[in-house]
Amino acid sequence: METGNSGQFNPAINLRFGPQPNASPGGILATPGGSPTIGVAKPESMTSTLLEALSLLGSFDHRLLDIVLLSLQVSLSALAIGTLVGLPIGAWLAVAEFRGRGALIVVLNALMGLPSVVVGVIVYLALSRSGPFGSYGLLFSPAAMITAQSVLVVPLIAAVTRQIVEDAWREYAPEFSLIGLTRSQSVLLLLADCRFSLTVATLAGLGRAMSEVGAVMIVGGNIDGYTRVMTTAIALETSKGDLALSIALGIVLMSVIVALNVAAHHVRCWAARRYG
Amino acid sequence: MFPLRLAGLRFAPDGRTVLAGLDLELSGEGISVVLGPNGAGKTLLLRLLAGLLPAHGGSIFWGNSARPDGRLAMVFQQPMLLRLSVLTNVEFALRPQALSPAERKTRTMEVLERVGLAHRVRDCARLLSGGERQRLALARAWAMRPRLLLLDEPTASLDPTATDAVERIIREIRTEGAKVLMTTHNLGQATRLADDIIFLAEGRVQEHEPAQRFFAHPQSPAARAFMQGELPWRIAFAH
Amino acid sequence: MAHRFRSLMLVLGLLAGPVHAEETLVVASTTSTEQSGLFGWILPRFEQSTAIKVRVVAVGTGQALDIGRRGDADVLLVHDRAAEDKFVAEGYGSYRQDVMVNDFVFIGPKDDPAKIRNAGSALNALKAIAASGQPFISRGDKSGTHAAELRLWKEAGVDPKGLASYKETGSGMGPTLNMAAATNAYTLSDRATWYAFRNRRDLELVLAGDPVLFNPYGVIPVNPARHPHVKKDAAERFARWLTSPAGQEAIASFRADGQQVFFPNAKK
Repeated sequence: METGNSGQFNPAINLRFGPQPNASPGGILATPGGSPTIGVAKPESMTSTLLEALSLLGSFDHRLLDIVLLSLQVSLSALAIGTLVGLPIGAWLAVAEFRGRGALIVVLNALMGLPSVVVGVIVYLALSRSGPFGSYGLLFSPAAMITAQSVLVVPLIAAVTRQIVEDAWREYAPEFSLIGLTRSQSVLLLLADCRFSLTVATLAGLGRAMSEVGAVMIVGGNIDGYTRVMTTAIALETSKGDLALSIALGIVLMSVIVALNVAAHHVRCWAARRYG
Repeated sequence: MFPLRLAGLRFAPDGRTVLAGLDLELSGEGISVVLGPNGAGKTLLLRLLAGLLPAHGGSIFWGNSARPDGRLAMVFQQPMLLRLSVLTNVEFALRPQALSPAERKTRTMEVLERVGLAHRVRDCARLLSGGERQRLALARAWAMRPRLLLLDEPTASLDPTATDAVERIIREIRTEGAKVLMTTHNLGQATRLADDIIFLAEGRVQEHEPAQRFFAHPQSPAARAFMQGELPWRIAFAH
Repeated sequence: MAHRFRSLMLVLGLLAGPVHAEETLVVASTTSTEQSGLFGWILPRFEQSTAIKVRVVAVGTGQALDIGRRGDADVLLVHDRAAEDKFVAEGYGSYRQDVMVNDFVFIGPKDDPAKIRNAGSALNALKAIAASGQPFISRGDKSGTHAAELRLWKEAGVDPKGLASYKETGSGMGPTLNMAAATNAYTLSDRATWYAFRNRRDLELVLAGDPVLFNPYGVIPVNPARHPHVKKDAAERFARWLTSPAGQEAIASFRADGQQVFFPNAKK
């Protein structure tokens, strides 16, 4: 495709690593010719797509790094908020006694399965300029994405925390009551006691945040260079039919998630050895 | 808080009677040991006194009131330990008391010193051996400065050295003025530690006597039968 | 309480990254302008000459207009003339200006079972597709492309919803093309997105060039009277630049697959 775009072409939306001579979708199998339909690759089999994806990973683009870093920034922030809010809620619920506690637990467990798109729409409406919190101008920004993901992560961490702490509470309650500890004193001790199991709860929250796409797409707008994260980039490239790139990004995403889990596992093993 | 009087105490979950009507009076001094066959309700008695279970009949009087006005501490057969340091496992029991963090720490270190665990203060409690765990649980109870200490089979799973260490601690606690009420299967231990023996069988207190008198001449047929189940050499070791 | 809430929002904002001192502009536009690569080509030039950082939210025309009504964007660039005029008439937009034109093309299987290659006109092609019972995938998402498609069906005298082989994906051009590729169906696409599309399988461009398929784009700054917070000046500069010789030349020089796909038509 010799009449391709000039060298100044800056495919901001095209995440193909490295400069491209033209925007031809024919890619590596393009043949010379004028018609845009000539030169398209054969219908790609899954294997050839995978192979192309792997070769794409070989080259490296700083825009990809920006996307990965933004994903981590958004999801880790949401995880921090989710833990700060969800952990105490779950712990309190584990030891509290009141009418309707059972119903509240059922609701909390159900909220673990909140569809991310639903959260996206709700947060979108809330943060829109026409919405109740519009004056902060947060829509279509990373802050909006953090908000939406926090809404997803808080119930998850709260629900899992509740289960973990309740199990420990059943074990320790007789002793704690004899000693005369107050509820809040007990909760603090239980959280300290269960701290390693609770890391699993946070990992679950992180997984949920990093892998969701519905909420961040709607409230972030998938703005190139500003609110595009790995999941929305994958969605975009898939919708453009660039499946090899989607898979490449997917591999990167999975690697990041696996790396985080490996790190957490090592921390737990070290802690188990040290603290029993 | 003392004398502690139990009158007609009953415990009958799901219609099955375990305690048929306990009558007992305990003074505020010394070590009282509860003996009896398995299933007699020894552990149950301790739990009822600790308030962990509600009785199904009868009454408990702590001195003149229905509630204990002094502190209770209990050490269970399997001591509960948090997945935290030895220090914290004692210190946390002092939090309900009006002590400053520094005071809590001082008292904790004192007590750990006396049970011989001061050198392990930073270690994780769950990594301790069985004997050390029991000493830790005792340290926790002791640090609370209880008026009444309830012990459920404190040396059940310990070897003789560890048992000896624990018994020494129990004696020290008694010397400091706390009342100790404990259960045991170990008759030798009972002869070593007890000031008075409470013999529980068939859901009732069959006998309550000073230890020496009990071991020399058990009054009730149940007690006699119980003792006869023991080897003769047990008597030779009593002192 | 309100104070605490503000602090929370501040923390959120901080968490979200450093605050840039540069000016930013939110443009709500359609997927065709972004996915084709047009914005990637022209926006850097705008940013260089004005130091305004453009943030593009690329959604369907219907959603872009909704974003404008809510005041969540500063300026719109969309392609549905009727809806645009209504938007301005209702007071949500300050004004509308012509920017460029691209065209729609018929995409279908290589072997063209409905035989529309030689249909001669867009309306005949639609009639042929309806008659042949071949599958047709529609975007169904209130986008400019969807609105144009529905207009054409109406003019051809066919009710597409009555066709058994008519399917609506309710999504953007890309997913619609994906589905057409997977099911060997016909669809109507804008030329630029088709050129940028990578998953063609057995599809190819079968018919184009009929003037009814021309698709005009308009730029509309969001009306500050309705939403006082919008960046009025930056929006105006954007609209002015797009319709200026510099902007128009930038649009004209964009190539997809070696061909020009957007044709500037701002009134001088």
